[in-house]
Amino acid sequence: MSVHALAVRAATIGGPLARLDPRSRVLAAVALVVTIATLHRLDVLLCAVAGAGALALVSGQPLRALGHRLLHLEGFMAALLLLLPFTMPGAPLLTLGPIAASEAGVLRSLDIVLTVNGCALVVFALLAALDPVHLGQACARLGVPQRLVQTFLLTVRYGAVFRAEIRRLTESMRVRGFAPGTNRHTFRTYGNLAGMVLVRSLERAERVDEAMRCRGYSGRLPIGHAGRFGRADLLFGFAVLAAACALVGADRLL
Amino acid sequence: MAHIPDGVLSPAVLAGGGILAAGGLAAALRHLDEARIARTAILAAVFFAASLIVVPVGPSSVHLLLGALMGLVIGTATFPAVLIALVLQAVLFGFGGLTTLGVNTFNIALPGVLFGLLAHGYVGRAQAPAAMLAAGAAAAAAVAGTAGLVALALILSSADFVQPAKVLGLTYLPLMLAEALITGFAVGFLKRVKPEIFLASARPVAA
Repeated sequence: MSVHALAVRAATIGGPLARLDPRSRVLAAVALVVTIATLHRLDVLLCAVAGAGALALVSGQPLRALGHRLLHLEGFMAALLLLLPFTMPGAPLLTLGPIAASEAGVLRSLDIVLTVNGCALVVFALLAALDPVHLGQACARLGVPQRLVQTFLLTVRYGAVFRAEIRRLTESMRVRGFAPGTNRHTFRTYGNLAGMVLVRSLERAERVDEAMRCRGYSGRLPIGHAGRFGRADLLFGFAVLAAACALVGADRLL
Repeated sequence: MAHIPDGVLSPAVLAGGGILAAGGLAAALRHLDEARIARTAILAAVFFAASLIVVPVGPSSVHLLLGALMGLVIGTATFPAVLIALVLQAVLFGFGGLTTLGVNTFNIALPGVLFGLLAHGYVGRAQAPAAMLAAGAAAAAAVAGTAGLVALALILSSADFVQPAKVLGLTYLPLMLAEALITGFAVGFLKRVKPEIFLASARPVAA
């Protein structure tokens, strides 16, 4: 999506979280992900996942997007999760012929599934609908080096350009009868595609660089910022802190 | 599969990966003066966009990482480029995670920079067929390096992950094949169309 489309999407999703300073969302996301990653008790983890799920619902984003994300995550972790029960030693819970799923392995798998999904829900709820330009600005105001943020902002802008470029090229390949398969022709075609896009991007980079210099660029651009830290942020910050303390407390003390 | 999500690795591995990635980033940012910001950002955008290409390999399909090609073209600036692409993927698509940004950046960028820069001089000097072979070998080595580092991150996190890490390593074989061939052909194309990309003077960020 273009910078404009991403900004429009962020603005139309709205919801109570949109009123927060982007810095609060970034800090809260990091704090909650770190908290959930340190939990070990399954019941506490379940509470954390439920809370993160509620936050995702409140964020006002379409549930289909969430489902898509979580499904991708599960496919990703399948190798890890399906193997753990059978490779970890312990009392067998389920026997399939010569192999047995150990109780320890199953519990470990459950622990990972809950942790990974909880963290993914937090990132979805707090950051997925955040305009990437605001994310960059928030990071700059939180102390991330200016040059890195500047590069990030330009990448957001040109990422959309080159996604469109690649889409256009692959479409023109398809209408000319290109059907990808595992063969030399496919690899050569994709190699040419990557090479072509690289050539165009280098030319584009030169033009952008010259345009920036013409406008007096000397290593610094204003990054700007959106949002102000207000009462809503204070309340949200306390709520996040309280939730994190409660989860860690329950995990360690109960 | 190079995007390890939040909640799998141990805190020590996350911290170690973060420190190593920060080291690579600091070295790259020192060279990233104002003249190179646009170039780095735009190439980061290209590699971010290229990861959307799905290449069929036998019954499976792979998304390209192109770490070695990045190392060949932008040198150490691969570190910030990979970090930025990973932030965008984590936030916009939910691939990877926040706490794993350091580990994932290091796992993808280091082999790319290492093998890319190793092959850089030869790819610049050699004729197209030899340069393509060298670039393909660098790409295969970089994917193997990434696979090894991902497995290492898992194994160092917990002894329980030893077996799954081995299986995960095997899933990188199709990617290795696809990356080696596509990087080789891409370099062949660039040698014909824009050979100055690989000349030493064009090297944007010296190691």
